[in-house]
Amino acid sequence: MTRTMETVFEASRKGRKGYALPKLDVPAADCGAVLGDACRKEAPRLPEMAEVDVVRHFTGLSKMNYSVDDGFYPLGSCTMKYNPKLNEAAARMAGFALAHPLQPEDTVQGALKLLYDLGVMLGEVTGMDAFTLQPAAGAHGEQTGLMMIKAWHESRGEGHRNKILVPDSAHGTNPASATVTGFDTVEVASDDEGMVDLDSLKSLLDDSVAGLMLTNPNTLGIFEKHVLELTDAVHKAGGLVYYDGANANAILGKTRPGDMGFDVLHLNLHKTFSTPHGGGGPGSGAVGVKAILEPFLPAPIVTCRDGRYTLVGAEERPKSIGRVRSFYGNFGVLVRAYTYLRTLGAEGLEEVAEMAVLNANYLAKKLSGLYPLAHKGCCMHEFVLNGGPLKSETGVSSMDVAKALIDAGYHPPTVYFPLIVPEALMVEPTETEAMETLDKFAASMEAIVARARSEGPEAFHAMPESTPISRPDETTAARNPVLRWQFED
Amino acid sequence: MAKVLQDLKYTKDHEWIKVDGNVGTVGITDYAQSAMGDVVYVELPEEGQEVKAGEDFVVVESVKGANDVFSPVSGTVKEINEELDGAPELLNEDAYSHWLVKLEVSDRSELDSLLDAAAYTKLVEELEAEGH
Repeated sequence: MTRTMETVFEASRKGRKGYALPKLDVPAADCGAVLGDACRKEAPRLPEMAEVDVVRHFTGLSKMNYSVDDGFYPLGSCTMKYNPKLNEAAARMAGFALAHPLQPEDTVQGALKLLYDLGVMLGEVTGMDAFTLQPAAGAHGEQTGLMMIKAWHESRGEGHRNKILVPDSAHGTNPASATVTGFDTVEVASDDEGMVDLDSLKSLLDDSVAGLMLTNPNTLGIFEKHVLELTDAVHKAGGLVYYDGANANAILGKTRPGDMGFDVLHLNLHKTFSTPHGGGGPGSGAVGVKAILEPFLPAPIVTCRDGRYTLVGAEERPKSIGRVRSFYGNFGVLVRAYTYLRTLGAEGLEEVAEMAVLNANYLAKKLSGLYPLAHKGCCMHEFVLNGGPLKSETGVSSMDVAKALIDAGYHPPTVYFPLIVPEALMVEPTETEAMETLDKFAASMEAIVARARSEGPEAFHAMPESTPISRPDETTAARNPVLRWQFED
Repeated sequence: MAKVLQDLKYTKDHEWIKVDGNVGTVGITDYAQSAMGDVVYVELPEEGQEVKAGEDFVVVESVKGANDVFSPVSGTVKEINEELDGAPELLNEDAYSHWLVKLEVSDRSELDSLLDAAAYTKLVEELEAEGH
């Protein structure tokens, strides 16, 4: 079944509009004289539609969406937990929602206090000394952290350190961020248990190493138990250690990266601290540092002087790496994260960690009869299933299983990641799901695997059947991307 | 099972090399293209670039992810297969007739540590049995 709808460009009719401007009652200005070369030569070809048709178009699109408010969304590594509506109420308060970033500080003391307090709370949760809330998302946070590592080495006359070590189980963004920041990435092997191999790490440490990036719990959802030895070894070799806190659900209130010896980290506030995400944003990759890196934080930072909150810019912070984003980050996301922290408190956060780990282990156990787990022992907030044996036995790939799950009413887990597991299915139930939801999902998975065994891959080729488009041609889209509407004339 | 050609040398990372005089022609194996899925982009090195054995020098991007290709031996890049620019699907069609890079091999003795067809066939059989 294909239920497509017209794009706004196809629906456009010349001259149709949803507004009426009053007659011009001031002298007309000559655009070219005012703007010079910046003046457009021809009008942009914006779609022209009546208001009602615009509303119907976007309402129609929104109905094709699947969100965590629709149902279970176990997309591994993405932490699609339920976002409490109280967060939305706080973010929509006029004092926050209508504030202008250039308003005088005296008129936005509440907003500045929120930024300041959020930094302090995140510092307490992670064991770090100071935070910047500017980075707009996780990978942006990684780059910000790496820029500070670079600046720190340069300030000590060690700018020649050009290597960042990254385990093979790391998030794909880690090597990418290191490369973008101008480092060479060197891969560190994992051992049989999916953890960083200490001896391989030690063999790579020399005076060309700027630092190690580590995800803990790692991409397989396993806690690196040698973490103190790892961070210590890097420090002894003169490097710094970066903590990828993109998935911090499982450690909240339990353990702190600052206590494990990490020097810098980012948190994905949009994941762990429950703000709506997916579809490209907005996010927040807040970055926390130990005191040695504090002078390098992006300016401006919020400080409190004599009970008054104020922004301190680069003029007072000469070592700052400079701004990494306009103004102060995605402020609306920060209000939501602040609300979440204040709602749960220290005890609530600890319960988040406990339930996230309990749910993941419960579901892993329920599914372990269908699929081999990619690792031994308990997992943290997520787990990875090995879809290789099912594929060899039945010809049904993890992609087919994911498509079948869509028809069963779920958002599928992450597939084909991490790369070190064949036909990987990465499942993150999150702490907000009830046992009944997990049981129903496990039953659906069981039915799908049974069908794979009895009917083979042909039964899956038409799936999903419940979506407007069944299987988009990802290969052609990647080989020949068409990124904007192509006008006929 | 994935195809393995008799007259080539192989690496454990699924590259093949065919040496003629001092020139080594390098590509990825049939198993590699099958495991990657549809190839969407191939990033080739510059001609004249020097590579060491085991160094990553080509990236093959597929719908599943980006995969580094490691040079089987040390040498200098003499020629790159520009045919793949705009036609990455050729690797899926036949990974052995569409090479990636031609190298001037600097140390022929490195070839001795590569796998022959029999050893590589055994490796692929093992991987396929595990469901890779």
